[in-house]
Amino acid sequence: MNTYYNPEDLKKFGAIGEFQKELADKFFSYYGSVFAEGALTAREKSLIALAVSHTVQCPYCIDAYTTDTLEKGCSEAEMMEAVHVAAAIRGGATLVHGVQMMNKAKDLSM
Amino acid sequence: MKSLKASGNLLADSAIQIKTLHDQVFDNLHLPLFEQKLEAASLFPLKPTGTTTMQINVGKMCNQVCKHCHVDAGPDRKEIMTRHTMQQCLDALVNSQITTVDLTGGAPEMNPDFRWFVEQLTALDKHVIVRCNLTIIVANPKYNDLPVFFKTHKVEVVSSLPFYNADKTDRQRGKGVFEDSVKALKMLNAQGYGADGSRLILNLVYNPNGAFMPAPQKGLERQFKKVLYDEFGIVFNELFAITNIPVSRYLDYLISSGNYDGYMEKLVNAFNPTAANGVMCRSMVSVGWDGLLYDCDFNQMLDMKFDPAYNHISLYNQELVDKREILTGQHCYGCTAGAGSSCGGNTI
Repeated sequence: MNTYYNPEDLKKFGAIGEFQKELADKFFSYYGSVFAEGALTAREKSLIALAVSHTVQCPYCIDAYTTDTLEKGCSEAEMMEAVHVAAAIRGGATLVHGVQMMNKAKDLSM
Repeated sequence: MKSLKASGNLLADSAIQIKTLHDQVFDNLHLPLFEQKLEAASLFPLKPTGTTTMQINVGKMCNQVCKHCHVDAGPDRKEIMTRHTMQQCLDALVNSQITTVDLTGGAPEMNPDFRWFVEQLTALDKHVIVRCNLTIIVANPKYNDLPVFFKTHKVEVVSSLPFYNADKTDRQRGKGVFEDSVKALKMLNAQGYGADGSRLILNLVYNPNGAFMPAPQKGLERQFKKVLYDEFGIVFNELFAITNIPVSRYLDYLISSGNYDGYMEKLVNAFNPTAANGVMCRSMVSVGWDGLLYDCDFNQMLDMKFDPAYNHISLYNQELVDKREILTGQHCYGCTAGAGSSCGGNTI
């Protein structure tokens, strides 16, 4: 059955350079630098990436960073807490706009 | 959980394992064979660089039945090295260049002649490593003094602990293993093992709890040291990160969980010529419970024997051993992936 998402396509990510090599090369070089050990450890960056993957709801990213966090030695509890961080920010972002709604409602009301 | 042998699993047969490893994924996904990769790296045929370690498997009997065990060890396994074969090992070692003897199993301590063998090896001034599964120390009162015995003979202890919590450890090694491992580690620490400045070495082994590669060794070691000390007051020297090799029960796990193709593809893509150059089989010889000789413990479990002219410890000939061609197969990709893997962890 054809679907928009195919797990095999994750392995072909590098092939985006076929249509535009220069920008792809720059992107992957930048990507590699971002995830290298720095002020944050590669392990910490992997957990952030896992959380962001859920926020952007990218199945490829969730697949890749579930594997990567396991390979970085993270526990399942750490991984799920990272997802809750993403959920809390998404939920918070919705709820904090409730203040905007309240402001407007008060402006319009007697 | 039972051993593959006890449960009648076809993969208990080493010939079927080799056929499975060679045929399936390599044909379907058109992956290069290990020999082709070695050839491209100018390493084929693979030759020894000088044998400094003899790893001796003193028996397949074990008090645990771990899900990933490449030996297919367990309480039902009766293959055990006799004192006669141990004496043949000692005869081979007495005037040899080998400096380190690495005792493994099963649980090597369950061999009735284990302590005698360690005493003889230390009398030969060999550095002795025991691959202790930890839980054996608390499994029965007769083993409770093992930490004292290890200390007396300055044995280096290398112990598997796949994670610093009970959940992951017990899923791989059996219910209650983490709790018993913590007790045993505290008993080893009480003898001075793993302490700063102590010459009593206690190293731990991490292996992934599933179909993925190990974390970088140093970062993982920092994490293990912090958690084990903060939560249990446990100290140790080094953490060895080992890649799971697709042999025996781990191979069975990969196939039955649907992870075999993906895992093998990952190992092949992670082939590192520098890691291949430093594989452990180039500096070691492996002895089976029956005295037969192999390139490593994995080849031993796959029944990939030396040439019949020198394939038993009673025929041990250092010159022939050092000139041999090391036998390889698709399982060898496990030792050459990424930062490399050996019984002592990363090889790069």
